[in-house]
Amino acid sequence: MSDIYNVSSSPHVRSKDTTDRIMLYVLIALLPASLFGIYNFGFSALLLIVVTILSCVASEWLFEKVTKRKNTIRDLSAVVTGLLLALNLPPTLPWWMAVLGGAFAIVVVKCLFGGLGQNFMNPALGARCFLLISFTGPMTTFANSRYYMSLGMESISSATPLAAMKAGEGVNSMDMLIGRIPGTIGETSVIAILIGAIFLILMGVIDLRIPGTYIVTFVVFVLIFGGHGFDWNYVVTHLCGGGIMLGAFFMATDYVTSPITPMGKIIFGIVLGILTGIFRIFGASAEGVSYAIIFSNLLVPLIERVSIPKPFGKGGER
Amino acid sequence: MNKCVERIYNGVIKENPTFILMLGMCPTLAVTTSAINGVGMGLSTTVVLVMSNMLISMLRNIIPDKVRVPAFIVVVASFVTIVQFMMQGFVPSLYASLGIYIPLIVVNCIILGRAESYASKNPVIPSIFDGIGMGLGFTFGLTCIGIVREILGAGQIFGFQLLPLAEDGGFGYTPITIFVLAPGAFFVLAMLVAIMNIIRARAEKKGKPLPAAQGCLAGDCASCGQGSCSGKQLSNAEAKKDEE
Repeated sequence: MSDIYNVSSSPHVRSKDTTDRIMLYVLIALLPASLFGIYNFGFSALLLIVVTILSCVASEWLFEKVTKRKNTIRDLSAVVTGLLLALNLPPTLPWWMAVLGGAFAIVVVKCLFGGLGQNFMNPALGARCFLLISFTGPMTTFANSRYYMSLGMESISSATPLAAMKAGEGVNSMDMLIGRIPGTIGETSVIAILIGAIFLILMGVIDLRIPGTYIVTFVVFVLIFGGHGFDWNYVVTHLCGGGIMLGAFFMATDYVTSPITPMGKIIFGIVLGILTGIFRIFGASAEGVSYAIIFSNLLVPLIERVSIPKPFGKGGER
Repeated sequence: MNKCVERIYNGVIKENPTFILMLGMCPTLAVTTSAINGVGMGLSTTVVLVMSNMLISMLRNIIPDKVRVPAFIVVVASFVTIVQFMMQGFVPSLYASLGIYIPLIVVNCIILGRAESYASKNPVIPSIFDGIGMGLGFTFGLTCIGIVREILGAGQIFGFQLLPLAEDGGFGYTPITIFVLAPGAFFVLAMLVAIMNIIRARAEKKGKPLPAAQGCLAGDCASCGQGSCSGKQLSNAEAKKDEE
């Protein structure tokens, strides 16, 4: 009988959306891209994915052991970080660099700032940029995909479509849509990424505000400043090449490092689109998604400050 | 003489300008790309620090209180100019790699800080040793950062190759380039300060706390190096006075 009166403290409305459940959805959503990456680049891609995830989980466990904090590897966020980082690495990267990247993502970017929920930038992208600056050569050498190999191309590495386009060469946008192109493990196939993204949207894990405004702003920017006029082939190449799809749906929407206000999400997306456009079109390198996202992550507190919604009944005066 | 040893201990360990006081961060982060740069920067700062501490201490009763900071700066700037010409003449390569940071020693807050908080209030001999201690502490900090950055970022230590570099897939060390670039300076500094804090915390736990930094200079918070106290010690001291 006494149980009936035993009212626990708030919250009373419970939802099933725990951290580990959301992380599980993200993992499921990343499966198509990962599987395609493994199919496309072979065993080395699988090895990199496994090694990076192991490195992330082990770093988190070790850090929490050493600092005597609560063990949080069960919330799966380290696994998601590891998988996202691996999908952002070129398949030919030496495995120990991936281990270093995973440890950097978890220890420096996440745990030192207080763990999940406190990190100021996306750990996977922070680590990717760390690796990109540290090992520029291996990080920008892209192996040929299975499809190119089957065409009898001999070179073990080649330029990504974005780099080729920057150098003024033609590219095949159908190959890019399917993913039969050189690139990082998870970014090549737009179709595989979109399958995962649609799954996340249907499950209510992410909404379209950030990726939508990001992509639209980016397209507008490319149309205006790309120097190719209304050349849709050029725009499609920019959309399907590089990490913008993976970044827009899986990295920019990271709960911790994106604004929580609806208006803030839209501002965030616009900032991302403009920055990515600037980096890609005016920058020295062909790709700029990861820098754009971690830079915008730093702006999130400012964006949230200017986009706090007005409480009901406060309308009228400013 | 005991006082002099105490000043050196104070500068190197107790109030290490790099790891404890966090002074002079600009050259600390900018020039420590290699160990030798750290040593060079540290030693040139030490020379200026010792000379300026000595002269300011000598002039401490002559310099009017109201214009003391310009007077200190004139003294410091003279010695920096001397050091700059000496380096240009005798170690041109180090001079080239330190670049703009040599003239910037003039505005190094360690030098002005020691002039203001120690040399202008104390006799000549302890002031000289205070300069030596602080300078050596600064050199120690810069050299530590430089060594770590050089090992990680280039696989070298003082210019000697520790491990053969891995080139074209051969076995060897692959430099983590980020450590010789700007972000690496922040990583390494944060790492070393963290280690220093762990050591201090351990020492305090063992019941042998490192003696707190030289007492509160009676409300002169601006010139006191112990930035972390933010007036707390002062209010404690006042409370004690009131009790008395």
